[in-house]
Amino acid sequence: MSAAKWRRAMNSSNAAALAPSRASAHALPSTLRSTVNDSAADTATRHWMSSAWNALSLRHLAVIAVIAIALLYPVLATPFFTFQIGAQSLALGLIALSLTFLGGYGGMVSLAQMTVAGLAGYLFAIFGSSSMPAISLGWPWWLALVFALTLATAFAAAVGWLSVRTEGIYTIMITLAIGVAFFYLAQQNYTLFNGFQGFSKVTAPSVAGIDFREPLPFYYLVLVCASGGYFFVKHLVRAPFGAALQGIRDNPRRMQALGYNVTAHRVGGYAVAGLLAAVGGVLMVWYNGRISPGTVGTGAMINILIIAVLGGMKHPIGAFVGAIVFVLLQNFAIDLVDRERFNLVIGGVFLAIVLFSPDGLLGLWAKLRSRFGPGTPTFKTKRRLQ
Amino acid sequence: MKAMKKILTRSMLGTAAVAALMGGLVQGAWAQETLKVGVLASLEGPFAAPGQDSMRGADLALKHHNGMAGGKKIEFVKVSSDATPDKAVNSTRKAVEQDKVQIMIGPLSGDEGIAVKNYAKTQPNITFINGSSGAQAATLLDPAPNFFRFNTEGAQWMVGLGEHALAKGYKRTFLIAEDYGFPYSQVQGFMASYCAKGGKVIDKAWVPLGTKDYASVIAKIPKDIDALVVVLGGSDAVNFLTQYEQAGGNKPMVGGSITVDQTVLNFKGKRRESLLGTASAGPMADSIDTPEWKKFVADYKASFKDGFPSPSLFAYLYYINTKAALDALDVVKGDLSGGQKAYRDALQKTKFMGPAGEVRIDDNRNGVGTTYITEVTKAADGSFYNKVVKTVPNISQTLGLSDAEFKKMGLGSRDVPDCRK
Amino acid sequence: MSPQGRPKGEFPSVKHEGTLMSPPGRPKGEFRSAKHGGRLMTHRQTAMTRQQWALWVIFSAPIAVLSVLAVTDNAPLFFKTFLNGLTLASLYFLVASGFTLVFGLMRNVNLAHGSLYLFGAYVGWFVGEHTGSWVLAVLAGFFASALLGLLMQLLVFRHMQGQDLRQTLVTIGLSIVLADLMLWAWGAEIYTFDPPAWIYGSTTLPLVEKFPTYRLVVLLAAIAIGVGLWWLLARTRIGMMIRAGVDDRGMLAASGVNVQLVFAVTFAIGAGLAGLAGVVGGTALSISPGEDTRYLLASLVVVIVGGMGSVGGAAIGALLIGLAEQFGQAYAPTYSVVFTFVIMVVALAFKPRGIMGKAA
Repeated sequence: MSAAKWRRAMNSSNAAALAPSRASAHALPSTLRSTVNDSAADTATRHWMSSAWNALSLRHLAVIAVIAIALLYPVLATPFFTFQIGAQSLALGLIALSLTFLGGYGGMVSLAQMTVAGLAGYLFAIFGSSSMPAISLGWPWWLALVFALTLATAFAAAVGWLSVRTEGIYTIMITLAIGVAFFYLAQQNYTLFNGFQGFSKVTAPSVAGIDFREPLPFYYLVLVCASGGYFFVKHLVRAPFGAALQGIRDNPRRMQALGYNVTAHRVGGYAVAGLLAAVGGVLMVWYNGRISPGTVGTGAMINILIIAVLGGMKHPIGAFVGAIVFVLLQNFAIDLVDRERFNLVIGGVFLAIVLFSPDGLLGLWAKLRSRFGPGTPTFKTKRRLQ
Repeated sequence: MKAMKKILTRSMLGTAAVAALMGGLVQGAWAQETLKVGVLASLEGPFAAPGQDSMRGADLALKHHNGMAGGKKIEFVKVSSDATPDKAVNSTRKAVEQDKVQIMIGPLSGDEGIAVKNYAKTQPNITFINGSSGAQAATLLDPAPNFFRFNTEGAQWMVGLGEHALAKGYKRTFLIAEDYGFPYSQVQGFMASYCAKGGKVIDKAWVPLGTKDYASVIAKIPKDIDALVVVLGGSDAVNFLTQYEQAGGNKPMVGGSITVDQTVLNFKGKRRESLLGTASAGPMADSIDTPEWKKFVADYKASFKDGFPSPSLFAYLYYINTKAALDALDVVKGDLSGGQKAYRDALQKTKFMGPAGEVRIDDNRNGVGTTYITEVTKAADGSFYNKVVKTVPNISQTLGLSDAEFKKMGLGSRDVPDCRK
Repeated sequence: MSPQGRPKGEFPSVKHEGTLMSPPGRPKGEFRSAKHGGRLMTHRQTAMTRQQWALWVIFSAPIAVLSVLAVTDNAPLFFKTFLNGLTLASLYFLVASGFTLVFGLMRNVNLAHGSLYLFGAYVGWFVGEHTGSWVLAVLAGFFASALLGLLMQLLVFRHMQGQDLRQTLVTIGLSIVLADLMLWAWGAEIYTFDPPAWIYGSTTLPLVEKFPTYRLVVLLAAIAIGVGLWWLLARTRIGMMIRAGVDDRGMLAASGVNVQLVFAVTFAIGAGLAGLAGVVGGTALSISPGEDTRYLLASLVVVIVGGMGSVGGAAIGALLIGLAEQFGQAYAPTYSVVFTFVIMVVALAFKPRGIMGKAA
């Protein structure tokens, strides 16, 4: 029986145990027994409601609030905010989520996630239609999408295979170098990647009458993909694969002794992260309407790392938190600080987070909670398989 | 537990309130009598210094208009990019959709221009005026009816240099250029008339953007050429020139518009004598001998104590584009209604005498202007500057060729045009 | 399961199997396993070396053929490119040696190494401009970066010993902040140095005619510094401690050495080397924002190919990468940059730890 089921069973049996005991405690004369029966039903509902309210932890409240805000956001905000802030942060967050999964749960910090995302975007432009009819094959969007995602995931697995046979800290270096190699390849090659100019007019499709280029439909599309990715990661880390990956993160030698194929699991982790990043990459290319080498340059690769670390790599939601903060800073820093010093601001924030709160904003939140909240121990079981 | 719930609920509500506040309030109240004009330049990244100068050019144009145009007060909304097209579009979108500007001036670099032009097509009610982007494709390929470019582009900047090179006796040349769009158009501008009048570019060495070590390229330079055509920019140019001299090279050079410009001649270090005599061409030069140019330089120096010794290319280009935007506003008396149609008609007819020659646009909304042929000369105080040796007026995007011939040639690329033997 | 009643040959007799369980006194079978094992070992060893030989042949044959073709086609170009490659390799070695030294001892992937390079270059330029002496500029670059590196180690990294990932993230943050601070302080202009005239002209050499003298100076400087590093590591006490620390940090601490002092000295040397390379490289190739990323990536590739923690590996990696880059530029300029990364990928595929990296 799963933990949730057990909890529910306990709570309902409690409620059931409470109701008759209360009724029996107030022994009433028979004349009023009918009213007692009716009020017993009412009391039962009220008991259910009150026990439900008691069972609602603050976690549920937080989740409900977040879901409400996410769903109603376009209603509250202007189209600009929906599109440039909302959709962009969710798409970037999805790419950062792949890094959180790989780095936080797999112990392999790969700087090539943006490369995988960019490759997926490029492939979509090449297979689909763009401003370069000489290169683009003009396939229907769904076919281009399938091919782009598959090939990008395969590339991610190849990158993984190259990187995982060495120690963890090498991964950052190797993936950084691979990412830069891809940047130069995209910049120099004109037959496939159209060099410095890249591809423009790579637009989201129109499906069943809904034009996904419009801010509102696009936002909901990105929201669906982002939540899909989020729940997928949450589910995966509790599945045997995810648990094995975390075990390999903590002690690869022991896992090997237990009979797990460490390399295969790690490459699998890269592939999963690659799929997430590829989806994010296609969304980004739909958002920008174009892709060029600048999208996969060193700056962009480091930005994803900054986003993931900013939010915190201990929980999937950190990626989205980091992305929202980053996009807000990027768009509004010019109104607050001298635009030229934007890099200083973002670098300083990143440095401060790594020095003082390595778990990012989520870590800060956890620290504040433990310092200012009541002395309840935090979620016990949840922490183990987080 | 209850206390925790309270804390959490309150903080959630607080965050939601702040988010909603930001979403709604940042729209900002705009006074009716102020007209918002967005200005985009790359204030970050490799083009930070030219970006700053571009803003100075725009500010100077506004100053010459006394801060008003069409009877309204003009407010500049400055946004920045880092010379990547993605960033440029994001910043433009912020200015247009969030800060609600009516007119957008910018961007700075070529590929950003193409991206902004594509964005302009999605915003038919806003007028976009170029900053200093010099990519041919921004107006030649798939133009946008609301994108105006009052400056000439990269290929136009080199027209006339071909004849000058031939006049100096450079019949056989070797080309070294960076491998991307702007040098392609520069080379096309040079070769359009150079090849037609009998010059030969024996071979082209396209180096990847950002190459620092030119040793191998220099080793490949053939011996039987008259001159080198070098179209590199910024630090690449400085590196190449230094390394060429070190390797014992002594061929004269013909430079692109940004190969021997201000930034290169002003690099911090020893001036190399080998630079003297290098011919180049561009839409302006430091030493233009007209009263308009001298007044422009004097105004620039007086207004910006922290600027360059002389206005750069970017300051000049942003200046003329901004001035055109404001002049047209005066003509329609600030009336931007009706999808800005009257304003755009006024822009089409805008014509004035800029600091470096007449400023007007052709039917394709691209600038037609003057190109100055220059040579690097030593001034009395020992510093280097570009001396104007020839002025070529009225150059359009067909580069002096007929429409049919130009269409046949197509846009500049690695192999277009070609005249090897 | 008593063995009584079982026919004799049923159990695998130790006589025939020759397992290690053979009772003492047995003449032949006792050593058979060892003999077998010994012979097999030798076979396996020769097999491995044969495989390695095969790989080397596969890679060098096309290179040899192409070189012969190139020499017959345009000999001066080939030799010039070769020399250019050597000199670029020297520059890369100078930068990468500091990087690999720091990693080898302290397991710290210092991604701010490029910023140290650029910082040394700027400070060196400042000193050179105000004193007029290039040699002073070089020394200033070395000491400025060494000082900055020392501060970084003492103030930041010392408190994060053992947290490799966190250290790397901190170096990334530091590199972003330092890059912007330097952009603020020195602007986006290009800076070049003014070395003495005698090392800045061109020399005439056999086979290649004119060659920039300065590049030869860089080559000699790299050789000198390489020798100096070797002498430091192999012949001095501090070098001995560094080498011991690379092999086993715990043991070094246990034997009473002030490990933190060794770390600080090593980091200072590594950073100083970067600053020195900054001035030397800046004289050859000018300095501007963006150089830090460029040299960081070059160091990364060199060290990945050559092997982490090995100065000899850095030399080999630098040679490979420098030559590849220059030959790529001369003969296939479009993809010359990608070429170096392809070499890295191939090296990783066959030797995940680098050519001279220690097998895990």
